[in-house]
Amino acid sequence: MLASSAINIGIPAAVLLVVIAGAIFAQRRSRSAKNGPAVAPASVDETLASSKVSPTEPSHAGPGPDNANRVLDGGADSETFAPVRVSDEEPAGEDTLVAGADEEPEVPSVRGKAGRTRSLFASAFQSIRGRGALDATAWEELEETLLRADIGIGLTTRLLDPMRAAAKAGTIRTPDDAINALRDAMTAQLATTDRSLHLDAEQKPNVWLFVGVNGVGKTTTIGKIGTAQTALGTTVLMAAGDTFRAAAAEQLLVWAQRCGASYVRGAEGGDPASVIFDGIQSASAKGIDLVLGDTAGRLQNKSNLMEELKKVRRVAAKAEGTVNEVLLVIDATTGQNGLSQAREFAAATDVTGVVLTKLDGSAKGGIVFAIETELGIPVKLVGLGEGAHDLVAFDPAEYVSALFE
Amino acid sequence: MFDSLGDRLQGIVKRLKGKGRLTEADVDEVMGEIRTALLEADVNIGVVRDVVARIREQAIGATVSDALDPSQQIVKIVNAELVAMLGGETLKITYASQPPTVVLMAGLQGSGKTTSAAKLARWFKSQGRQPLLVGADLQRPAAVEQLRTLGNQISVPVFSEPGDPVATARRGLDEAKRLGKDVVIVDTAGRLAIDEEMMRQVADISSTVKPNYTFLVVDAMTGQDAVSVADAFHQRLSIDGVILSKLDGDARGGAALSVKTVIGRPIAFAATGEKIDAFEQFHPDRMAGRILGMGDMLTLIEQAEKVFEQDKAEEAAQRMLEGQFTLEDFLEQLQQLKKMGPLSGIMGMLPGMPKEMKDAQIGDDQVKVTEAIIRSMTLEERRDPGIINGSRRTRIAKGSGTEVADINRLVKQFTEMQKMMKRMGGLAKPQGKGGKGKPGKINKRQAMQQLGDMMGGQGGFPGFPGPGGLGAPGAPGGMPPFFK
Repeated sequence: MLASSAINIGIPAAVLLVVIAGAIFAQRRSRSAKNGPAVAPASVDETLASSKVSPTEPSHAGPGPDNANRVLDGGADSETFAPVRVSDEEPAGEDTLVAGADEEPEVPSVRGKAGRTRSLFASAFQSIRGRGALDATAWEELEETLLRADIGIGLTTRLLDPMRAAAKAGTIRTPDDAINALRDAMTAQLATTDRSLHLDAEQKPNVWLFVGVNGVGKTTTIGKIGTAQTALGTTVLMAAGDTFRAAAAEQLLVWAQRCGASYVRGAEGGDPASVIFDGIQSASAKGIDLVLGDTAGRLQNKSNLMEELKKVRRVAAKAEGTVNEVLLVIDATTGQNGLSQAREFAAATDVTGVVLTKLDGSAKGGIVFAIETELGIPVKLVGLGEGAHDLVAFDPAEYVSALFE
Repeated sequence: MFDSLGDRLQGIVKRLKGKGRLTEADVDEVMGEIRTALLEADVNIGVVRDVVARIREQAIGATVSDALDPSQQIVKIVNAELVAMLGGETLKITYASQPPTVVLMAGLQGSGKTTSAAKLARWFKSQGRQPLLVGADLQRPAAVEQLRTLGNQISVPVFSEPGDPVATARRGLDEAKRLGKDVVIVDTAGRLAIDEEMMRQVADISSTVKPNYTFLVVDAMTGQDAVSVADAFHQRLSIDGVILSKLDGDARGGAALSVKTVIGRPIAFAATGEKIDAFEQFHPDRMAGRILGMGDMLTLIEQAEKVFEQDKAEEAAQRMLEGQFTLEDFLEQLQQLKKMGPLSGIMGMLPGMPKEMKDAQIGDDQVKVTEAIIRSMTLEERRDPGIINGSRRTRIAKGSGTEVADINRLVKQFTEMQKMMKRMGGLAKPQGKGGKGKPGKINKRQAMQQLGDMMGGQGGFPGFPGPGGLGAPGAPGGMPPFFK
């Protein structure tokens, strides 16, 4: 039986589009006749040109050992890719990345790093406290402060409305009450208990895939995780699944060399799924514990690229390893679009966690509240700089207090 | 994802209908929705406050004087305000009398500087210039390799050497003079605006190469922080213009408006895709519609232009407006339409599309069913669905693997669409209320041009029938009139 809505929507929409297209042509033609060709849109040939993958799959689309993919072996037996430590900082305390254990002085903290710019909340709260009374301006300032942190108008309203009600009922009286209640409410938003990265010795090789839009810091995050994991004694292989961006594979290679990880790459413009597959197979053959799979940045509204990513995820599952993390990397400067990113990437790849990068800047990364509460994807790691050790486990209480202090 | 401003206002306006005049509380409510729409588009809260105040002033005056649909009117006011704010002077590149013209790229990590540098080089090349790219990002691993690869793709030489970024930039400039290049584009490392040391470094590069243009690269997905970043860079480097990157995503791009407002410098270029030629000068009118979530009609049109065969589409549209459009034409156009990608994606770009329509999952297999039905008809039947009787119906249903009721529905809807289109074609003046009564003798071509003007004209969306303009399909009596 045919879904009747199909025709309902299909025909009017299609007819409409045809009319529009025709009308536009007619209009363009008449205008260019009047004004000369100058009005021809410069971008006509460019808008669609953004597709990286042609509808037909690349020639070596199928998964399987692909000889085009070069396997470089790191570790002690390789001269070229011997571990090189670029930072004089000792890797001590890196276990915080996974275990969240004891705090070494060198380990950057959200409080310390993000603290450089915490003046936003701090000064706003100071001004609110200074008012003495919870008047309309104080509420407005509270709202504005949350909005400035990219928490979003929806969640901000949901946080403040119950507080306003409580103020009416008399349970919140002073600005201090309000700020404390807000802190509790925000911490409660981040209530996920399991933020660990899953690494199972029984299921070698473990596979962690990294996905996200362009420029959020996927490759850098892999470099940092590789550094942390090799320092813990885990053997790591990095698979350069970003075959699109120029020199992305080279960038990852530098990181692999720095931390002594093995490395697999494919041909530029090649099939990312086969690179990841080869990486996992290679790791399996060598008994490597962990494969870190890089992927090309892609905007979540590019359906062809999201299909490509689905394929990467599918093919990775077919290799002789266990995909137990798919980490979505989100830039802290991202605004409300972050939610759309999380939604689409989660739909395509079953994202298991979020890495919030660049939190050492002035941006607060408040969109992760919405991502965690609306989509239930936990934030697992926080990036606090470009150094190899500037990646720490996400601690909601610490994050919220860093916003408040 | 988010409702467009039009959708938001629609609900309010419905309630206000018949109220005669708007109270202050009504206006407050409308302004609240505008504020929410702008905030969801990542327009900076400070900027939002100012815009809303200005719009409020205009809206109060306007609601009294006019009888038009207030929601459309408000959308128009907001749109005009945003265009004014985004637009103003466009950046005209003038070249240094003593070549080379030096361009400095700056921005946060991952904002897209290296890619934008290469795209800009290609743009200069298309302007008949001979650019040299200088890779002064010695921070990020393989950043220079990336620039070299991109330079190769566009046949623009790249200069870089390891060591100190300031020295590299200076020698890059010398190299350009030696090679007789007339434009030098210096790519720098991404840096945080609050990183004092790195900000000093880029200031040093700037004072060394003395750029004619300093461009700040801003990611279209940036949130509230865009303003403080832009402000910090502007204080250090004196920005001349903004390059808006990753505009091909689905972000509303409020950052553009915020940055423009705060540093008072125009948005010079926008990157509209990953391919190196996906880079164009900025269109403020498109951006306004986008921030308001009013669909991206122009992008849609550009896509359509690429896949539709121009003459055929024009002819088909004209036939449609004359009511002579057949199922055969429809089938043909459907093939073209399919090339534009999934139908749901296309629908999302249409402004004023009812929410239930946008949310409906329109599978392309459903389009296939429609196709199958038409293909199971004879040519005669396609040209004149009126001849389809009971036995023909049964045959078509069997042929297409559907039910007789489906055939009926399709034919009925098609006929209604045909009528509606004919009526549209008969509208002489779209802004008037006439048209239904006296189609009269009008120039069809002219009507179409008017339609085109309204939808994709230079001004973006002003005048486009706002929310509710496109009715719910399939409702008894077909779609409501296109224009109110």
